[in-house]
Amino acid sequence: MVRAMAEAIVQVEHLRKEFNGTVAVADVSFQVRRGEIVGLLGANGAGKTTTIQVLLGLTTPTSGLVKIFGMDFERHRIAILQRSNFCSAYTALPGNLKVWENLLVFAKLYQVKDHRRKTDELLELLEITPLRKHITGHLSSGESTRVNLCKALLNDPELLLLDEPTASLDPNIADKVRKLLRRVQRERGITMIYTSHNMRDVEEVCDRVLFLNKGRVVAEGTPRQIIDQFQQQSLEDVFIQVARSGDLLAEEGK
Amino acid sequence: MNFQRVAALVLRYTFLYTRSLPRVFEIFFWPVMELLVWGMLTQYLESGPYKLPGFIRFLLGAMIFWDILYRAQQGTTIAFLEDIWARNLMNIFVAPVRVSEFILATYCVGFVKILVTVAVLGVLASVFYEFNLLAMGWPLIPLFANLLVMGWAVAMVTTAMIMRWGQASEALAWGIPFLIQPFCAAFYPLDSMPAWIQPIALAIPATHVFEGMRAVLAGHGLSWSRVLWAAGLNALYLIAAGLFFRFMYGRAREKGLLAKLGTQ
Repeated sequence: MVRAMAEAIVQVEHLRKEFNGTVAVADVSFQVRRGEIVGLLGANGAGKTTTIQVLLGLTTPTSGLVKIFGMDFERHRIAILQRSNFCSAYTALPGNLKVWENLLVFAKLYQVKDHRRKTDELLELLEITPLRKHITGHLSSGESTRVNLCKALLNDPELLLLDEPTASLDPNIADKVRKLLRRVQRERGITMIYTSHNMRDVEEVCDRVLFLNKGRVVAEGTPRQIIDQFQQQSLEDVFIQVARSGDLLAEEGK
Repeated sequence: MNFQRVAALVLRYTFLYTRSLPRVFEIFFWPVMELLVWGMLTQYLESGPYKLPGFIRFLLGAMIFWDILYRAQQGTTIAFLEDIWARNLMNIFVAPVRVSEFILATYCVGFVKILVTVAVLGVLASVFYEFNLLAMGWPLIPLFANLLVMGWAVAMVTTAMIMRWGQASEALAWGIPFLIQPFCAAFYPLDSMPAWIQPIALAIPATHVFEGMRAVLAGHGLSWSRVLWAAGLNALYLIAAGLFFRFMYGRAREKGLLAKLGTQ
């Protein structure tokens, strides 16, 4: 109830994005309230990556309204990005810089006050203090993910967008990252939008899930509600059902 | 414009270059090789059967000046490519960094690289060929500045094209200046070029710089009209390049290319 009344950090209304006539996002509307972790799920081509790109200001929508902290990207790009951050398995920090050098650069880009203390605190939180002087390109996938997360938390973001943060991690490290994200969210009250193909990630981490198919939201609710709604055993079964039912389900979901 | 963010980006490039021997090597290797080849050729032309007096000054001067233009363009474009190669571009574009700040940072890095390159070439030219670049005196400054600005304008166009057409167009970083080279009277005087090319050449700021350089080396002093023509054209091209970059940035956002470039 309290959460339902919380401030909307992300507001998306009738988002549509076409690339040369191909519809990537047909019509997506949702809100993310302060402190929520919302999962964007869907098969490849469902529209979640495009949605994330629009939320990061990397891609302009064809139509629809997108507001972050009540502001739009065209007029308030810097103000929005100053209060948000991003972490993805598909981006990297420059590999030949030491971990502390990369973090120093981003701390300065985000104009973090007392950046040395902040960096130390995050390195400790993420249990990577010993990696401080390591060359970033020499780190394992798990270590890189945690360094990327460290970069993503440097500016105390109110909104954190996570694009498959556990992709390419072994189950042990993935589990650690999930627990870490939960902990960070609890301690700092960060609003998160999370995409993943790992349904266990989503079930463990997300408060609410949006299922996308063919560029539309076809289901929305807590992981448990969605499992019950689709009368399946797990979110993974729902994912497969949604992916295979294609257009028919998209029609039902409208 | 936030100069703290520009400084942060410059710091990143500083770390990048101080930590990478191949990158440092790249700053010197090609210019030094060119200097050695051109220097030996001109020495041969001066002292061999051809006996061309003063040849070495004009050719080495042109070679070093051409390198200023080329390195200004390349330094900036490669700084952008570094972020693509490192898959770091998305991290930069989702940080609160204005595109103008990003460009200014790449300009600063390019500027420092040029200073280092020119210093090394100047010393080598002096030691090996008794060619003292500094003997040109203060006219060196406006000529140098004009080449730098032209290199930046070309770099902005090249970078915009890479942003729009992706890594496949990476060859532009190296190739585009050589499209200009035959027409900018770098190694030969303007009036030796075919008549139909001369109007094209006059529309290139570097032509006025190279003509001005040859006049100074020949002891005729600096022609202010050359400097002003170069500066005026540069101002025009820099504005046009900025507008082109802005347009291409908009197109890249429209087509979702920034994210693609950032994760390629």
